[in-house]
Amino acid sequence: MNNIEKKHRRTLWVMAAGLMICILASFTLGRYPVSIGELLGVLGAKLGLPVSSFWSASVETAVWNIRLPRVLLSVLVGACLASAGAAYQGVFQNPMASPDILGASAGAGFGAALAILLGASSVGITVGAFAASLATVALVFTVSRHARGDRVLGLVLAGIMVSSLFQSGTSFLKLVADPNNQLPQITYWLMGSLSGAKWGDILFVLPAMLFGLIPLLLLRWQLNVITMGDDEARAMGVNAPRIRFGIVVCSTLVTASAVSVSGMIGWVGLVIPHMMRRLVGSDYRFLMPASMLGGSLFLLVVDNVSRNVTTAGIPIGILTAFIGAPFFLWLIMGKVDHYEH
Amino acid sequence: MSIEVRNLNFSYGYRQVLHDISFTANSGEFLSILGPNGVGKSTLFRCVLGLLSGYTGTVSVDGTDVRSFSVREMAKHIAYIPQSSHPIFNYSVSDIVLMGRTSGLSTFRSPKKQDVEICQWAMEKVGISHLALRCFHRLSGGEQQLVLIARALVQKAPVLMLDEPTANLDFGNQLRVLEQARSLAREGYTVIQTTHHPEQSYLFSDRILTIQDGRVLKEGTPEEVLTEETIRALYGVEVEVVSLYHDKARICIPAHITA
Repeated sequence: MNNIEKKHRRTLWVMAAGLMICILASFTLGRYPVSIGELLGVLGAKLGLPVSSFWSASVETAVWNIRLPRVLLSVLVGACLASAGAAYQGVFQNPMASPDILGASAGAGFGAALAILLGASSVGITVGAFAASLATVALVFTVSRHARGDRVLGLVLAGIMVSSLFQSGTSFLKLVADPNNQLPQITYWLMGSLSGAKWGDILFVLPAMLFGLIPLLLLRWQLNVITMGDDEARAMGVNAPRIRFGIVVCSTLVTASAVSVSGMIGWVGLVIPHMMRRLVGSDYRFLMPASMLGGSLFLLVVDNVSRNVTTAGIPIGILTAFIGAPFFLWLIMGKVDHYEH
Repeated sequence: MSIEVRNLNFSYGYRQVLHDISFTANSGEFLSILGPNGVGKSTLFRCVLGLLSGYTGTVSVDGTDVRSFSVREMAKHIAYIPQSSHPIFNYSVSDIVLMGRTSGLSTFRSPKKQDVEICQWAMEKVGISHLALRCFHRLSGGEQQLVLIARALVQKAPVLMLDEPTANLDFGNQLRVLEQARSLAREGYTVIQTTHHPEQSYLFSDRILTIQDGRVLKEGTPEEVLTEETIRALYGVEVEVVSLYHDKARICIPAHITA
């Protein structure tokens, strides 16, 4: 292993440590003060350690029922969106690809709007969004199978078209929704937010997220080879279309799970992988874990800002766009090569 | 290790591109495939590499039909060195070379220390060790070509196929890459290149296969193939072939100059 790889590995450990610190800090931040001691006590007790209670019941509620689900969700959603973005950029050989490229977000938005219109519960909305998201990407796949010419281009174009179709569908649902309570709920959902995170939501999406994240992590070397193009990949022993399909399925799974619990949180999937490329280079052996950690870290910090700095609790989707768009501009303007020797 | 192509036919729709192509390349041999643009050289290459599958006839390595190989096994037998490579992302030279080890890894694994060592061996062999940490994008065409050769070597495949390896290179790098190809053949690799340079094929290769209109025009030693008649039939130009240094080199001079 050369020095650059050692440096990247160290960067990953530093990020992991930073994430742990950030997670602990997130519990103590908030309108209801919780000390580190109380936090560790509650968590220890919940994990079955013999800790006698020295905290109030409201501290326990704040830590276990409100902050923990929200922190967990920020971490998971951030990791999902950023890793899906990094994966799509690789398999489509397109640095501008983001997790919603195949319509996962548009489908989730439509599904959520429909569920709200039908008066579904919170978990019902999540399930509806998840199902619609997967169905949309499946539709995109079916359409692209009949496209002539370049398969990958056909897939991306089908994604854009079907997304647009479902966005129109969502607009129509907003039009017919009851303007006093359903319309605001739909609008708020579409903005993307982690407030109101519940254990039920997490338990619903967690298996799907892990089912996607783990293969993405394991396939990261193959992803490197796929970025060289299908012919070269094949000559090196990688069946690119097959691996690409697997990676797209995993990425779709994590995107659909993330979007269905958080709504549309834009920019994370595009900006974080590029930020990480600056930090650890393009090698997916480092880029994939770095994107997961970086996505978690970013979303956790932004969510803390969202719930602590702004009293109104600005939806996180708005904040990520406010931060993401200028940051991306800065990234493309200050273009510096990583391996400049 | 020899590669044998027998009665290979290929059509794009109704248009037949390759007609009954047969040839053999043996271990230790450097074979050049010559022919004008659009006669099916690339198609032939893609069929042999398994990138196109709708052909009739057989391609076999040491008697085994390559159609029975998986993608991974294929890569262990035949390595491909493209004319150029344009990775969309910014990889270092050592990353690119390491990718050649993929056929030896199971799908969910990343390269290990021994793979890195094989890469160091290959980079040393083609003389690019000092470039290991450089960004691939920033290398010259000749250096990139050597990186792609190193990537093919770590595949440990006995057959190397180079697609117009000298097409984008300056004169010095053309010679360097061809020297490298020839010395690999001397070590026992089966080396096949497509090219547009009859004179260089004469200088460096052991045998020449010429293709015109999707058919084999002539195959043989450089001395047999590089003649005025073959050049005329192949490219439709009149040349005088001049022999130099006791026929160690032959150059083609356009007829209007010698007339």
